[in-house]
Amino acid sequence: MEQEEKEFNPKIVAFLCNWCTYTGADLAGVSRLKSSPCVRIIRVMCSGRVDPSFVIKAFKQGADGVFIGGCHIGDCHYSEGNYKTLRRVEFMKIFLEEFGIDPRRLRLEWISASEGDKYAATTLDFEKQIRELGPIQLVEV
Amino acid sequence: MKPKLALYWASSCGGCEIAVVDTELKILDIAGFFDIVFWPCLMDFKYKDVEAMEDGEITLCLFNGAIRTSENEYMAKLLRAKSKVLVAFGSCASEGCIPALANFYDKQSILDFVYKDSQSLEENSRGVYPETKTHMPEGEIDIPEFWNTVKTLDQVVDVDYYVPGCPPQSFQIVKVVEAVIDILKNGKPLPPTGTVLGAGDKTCCDECPRERKEKKIKKFYRPQEIIPDPNECLLDQGLMCMGPATRSGCDALCVKANIGCRGCYGPPVNVMDQGTKMVSALSSVIDSTDQKEVREIIKTIADPLGTFYRFSMGASLMRRVQPKKVEKE
Repeated sequence: MEQEEKEFNPKIVAFLCNWCTYTGADLAGVSRLKSSPCVRIIRVMCSGRVDPSFVIKAFKQGADGVFIGGCHIGDCHYSEGNYKTLRRVEFMKIFLEEFGIDPRRLRLEWISASEGDKYAATTLDFEKQIRELGPIQLVEV
Repeated sequence: MKPKLALYWASSCGGCEIAVVDTELKILDIAGFFDIVFWPCLMDFKYKDVEAMEDGEITLCLFNGAIRTSENEYMAKLLRAKSKVLVAFGSCASEGCIPALANFYDKQSILDFVYKDSQSLEENSRGVYPETKTHMPEGEIDIPEFWNTVKTLDQVVDVDYYVPGCPPQSFQIVKVVEAVIDILKNGKPLPPTGTVLGAGDKTCCDECPRERKEKKIKKFYRPQEIIPDPNECLLDQGLMCMGPATRSGCDALCVKANIGCRGCYGPPVNVMDQGTKMVSALSSVIDSTDQKEVREIIKTIADPLGTFYRFSMGASLMRRVQPKKVEKE
């Protein structure tokens, strides 16, 4: 039991854009690259679909980190969805900090469909970051 | 026999009761149709009067105020048992309202400020904390226990309907009361449980008479910094207005008085969290694509969390701010 408590496997919820990052994650898998096993992928049509309440809900329900992956700036399938994501994530970081949650638990990355290696490296790096931050411990209400 | 009506205030300011009285002559209809059995703000009733009632004896209970002490919880549970229909009346009962801003702090820091650190304390009473139980020669007396987190009514008991607003507008109360009287008189079916009464199902912007253009915001202003144009959208002018993330129903009261919507009617239909919805709305209108500049623009908003959750902290997804020590050592 004690051992179980010591081992911390972060829960990372990843919202990946259908056109770029999700395909990039697929490529990482097909290319047999090692990516983080802690990531739970939720496919969305655009990173701009990720409402800030999804992020809060993920943390509230026990996610230790939230990862948002979208197309590179200028490459959005819907022309400007990822600009909105950029602003939202900036806003959410300020918001999370005020909520008393470390903003480093939220990460936004632009990963294109051909960047399987970037997907693998980024998720591993994010997992490391979350391991350093430790499990999220929200006050029971 | 007349249907029985009860009104109770838990953690609230009394504005909801005033709003009921503000229905002017309609109050006579209310008093004529209902037998008012419990309304501590207006008439002399005791808790033991309610305790003596049969379960379900009260036809309609309008419960205002948030739940922040053990007494509030006791009365919520008591009135739930005694009432056929329990309505979370007003913003406090529905979503926490101003009392739930206490969820930015915790019990200890609030008590510390009030009884130890506040400038207005007299020196001889500094550091004297209230005890929930005190022994006196005549016996033990007690005061209610203060909670760490302010809750909404539906986080404590089952609630049938909600009437939002801080306070609910009197013309909306009239509509609700008329509907209730109609239902009871003519034996009509009740609306489905959980219905929000006395409010619209769109956003405050829908009722706003101001002219809207495409929003492009470079800087947010405090109300004292600029004189806003009376006919143009306030948000367009860079003044914080919660309209896009607030339920309609107040007839755009604040914006008509040249001040931004404060968000007291709570989140609109199908929105679970008012504050993050506002983040979402503002992120769409901030006029920059540069990360640094975006941050600078956001920084011009004074107290985003307190502004966006001014009325809905208690019912928000997070429900409270995390104490700093949990996250950072």
